[in-house]
Amino acid sequence: MSIDLDPRPVPVTAPVLRTSLRTEPSSTDSVPAHARRSLSRSTAEQRFELIGCWVAALALSWLVCDRIMPWDGVLVFVAVTVVVGVVLLAVITAIDAGWPEVVDRIVTTVITLAAALVGLALVSTVLFIFVKGYKPLLHLNTFFDDMRGVGPRDALSKGGIAHAIVGSLIEVGLAILVAIPLGIGTAIYMTEIGGRFARVVRTIVEAMTALPSIVAGLFIYTTLIVGLGVPRSGLAAAMALGVMMLPIIARASDVVLRVVPGSLREASLALGASRWRTVWHIVLPTARPGLATAVILGVARGIGETSPVLLTSGAASFMVTNPTDGVMNSLPLFIFSTVRSGEPIYIERAYGAAAILLAVVLVLFVTARLLARPRKGSR
Amino acid sequence: MSTTLRSALPEAEEDEPRDLWIDESGSDRAFVLGSRAIAATVLAITAGIGLFLAFSAVPTFGRYGFGFLTETQWQPEADILGIGAVLIGTFTIAAVALLFAFPLSVMTALYIAEYAPARIKATLVSLVDLMAAVPSIIYGLWGFTLVQPHASAFALWLHQHLGWIPFFRVDADPNAAVWEQSRYTASAFVAGIAVAMMVVPMACAVMQQVFSQAPPGEREAAFALGATHWGVVRTVVLPFGKGGIIGGTMLGLGRALGETIAVVLIISPSFDLKIKPLEIGTNSISALIAGRFGEATSLQLQALLTAGFVLFLITLGINTLAAMVVARSRSGQGADA
Repeated sequence: MSIDLDPRPVPVTAPVLRTSLRTEPSSTDSVPAHARRSLSRSTAEQRFELIGCWVAALALSWLVCDRIMPWDGVLVFVAVTVVVGVVLLAVITAIDAGWPEVVDRIVTTVITLAAALVGLALVSTVLFIFVKGYKPLLHLNTFFDDMRGVGPRDALSKGGIAHAIVGSLIEVGLAILVAIPLGIGTAIYMTEIGGRFARVVRTIVEAMTALPSIVAGLFIYTTLIVGLGVPRSGLAAAMALGVMMLPIIARASDVVLRVVPGSLREASLALGASRWRTVWHIVLPTARPGLATAVILGVARGIGETSPVLLTSGAASFMVTNPTDGVMNSLPLFIFSTVRSGEPIYIERAYGAAAILLAVVLVLFVTARLLARPRKGSR
Repeated sequence: MSTTLRSALPEAEEDEPRDLWIDESGSDRAFVLGSRAIAATVLAITAGIGLFLAFSAVPTFGRYGFGFLTETQWQPEADILGIGAVLIGTFTIAAVALLFAFPLSVMTALYIAEYAPARIKATLVSLVDLMAAVPSIIYGLWGFTLVQPHASAFALWLHQHLGWIPFFRVDADPNAAVWEQSRYTASAFVAGIAVAMMVVPMACAVMQQVFSQAPPGEREAAFALGATHWGVVRTVVLPFGKGGIIGGTMLGLGRALGETIAVVLIISPSFDLKIKPLEIGTNSISALIAGRFGEATSLQLQALLTAGFVLFLITLGINTLAAMVVARSRSGQGADA
């Protein structure tokens, strides 16, 4: 294993080192007071080189793409800029530094650019959905009407997706009604009681988190709808979502409960509390933020999941509030079925629904983050 | 506070740990029994699904034999069912997704763990988690509408310049005056890009966690020896995080294989046995299920369940392997449970 050495001498740190090694406590003032160089921040010269390189890269790239080669398109321009910029940076660095320094600069640049690319992809996704989908949101009827009797040519001022929103809420609500008590209960059993049976449960639950959501949907479709003759309904969709979310919530809660410090449990037991009181008054309150996060992220996952719903609920174009009463729509399913219709206004509605779905997920996510934030000074 | 210490302990050979819960109160017994009942219910549900899938595979393999795994066609009317082409398609899409997601997630994780200013680190970690929480249908829309035109142009460029590699071949004339854009759309390549958006956050989260656990002593030692930042990353952080890199990538692979809706939105289904990710038409197990469950007879439904079971076994195997790799590597040391 070799280590890339920075060949440039670092004169600044040497005196600091010497002072700390000196045995006699006097005469520390005689050492010239150097300002300590910040290790993580770049020097003014490096910053200048960096800015210069990218300005030059932009200019060169314009020259190449616009004047020399017949390349057009934003992507090509960006790609050329990046390549030219990295090469320029390498050359500039190589003027007054050795090979390790050059590699270091290149790698830093490439890694930063890659992270920026991922960030750009996320931002472009969110912006894209909201820009394409804001129009239906300007009409209030989008939130309060259903699609009963609304044709593909009808303007956005007619009809809405209230039925999909309500359907999503009902299905996910029913699913978490099943998944949360069972999931958290199982997690409590696995961490607080333990034993051989608990290990079996944990193994199986962890294995089932690998179940693809479409297979969960297909399972419910085969057993409930085909096997038992239950009609396609919100209830079947809720079952599919619940089956999918159950292992996820159980596993996440298990992880959260396991990091509750054992000393708290022992202190409670030592004070004479029963196991039940220990769990109820000590373990669960301690783990509450983590549990809330686990549940909310599970809900966010469930509300955006399309494939189990696609197989089990059927798509209604009207408001259905009874989950046992036939087909029911939901946000992801509405998006999926209308975006492929080929009708421009339907597609606009689909993006509107996508914007609502994304907003719901964002709100859930931020709530989960706020709940999970460690209180100041608790660590 | 003063404690008087006994100079010599009395003889205590028969010292056994006392049973912590000697007389369980009624509520305790109810608690134990209740939670055991819940756990048993969950076990019954989850194991039931697995067993149900496994049993539904029996008649399928009985009828179609192990050729079910290699047969490429899915023609219910001719009673020919097989998942050969679909399996290949599933892996092609996942491979494309990993091709994009692996370098991006390693570098993003490195950026967050090593290069990002400390102030924004927590925000970046949250953003990665947020990326994981965005529903797959949103990424499907993104890939379908926003990325597809650019991706197909890029596919054409790849075909023109690297067409001699079989992987990049497309059945179209790359240098035609008007390029056949439709030949380059709805492909495994485009679907893979959308799936990569779901793989990156999963893989990146695991890797970033492992990277930030790199032993500070070794890091500082490398710095003290005069290493550059990249030198520290290369000699300390990356070797330390090897398990996290492999494990995170495999977890992402498990997600990529099971992804349904983004793939269904983008691809145009076909049952050809081919490894041409740039060309229109591919398929995956989950897309097959989503496309065919509606008109399936009970026998075909069992075949679909078998396909789902095969997919489940693959993801389960990959996830288990990933968990083992993460747990075995040095990265797990000192971590809580």
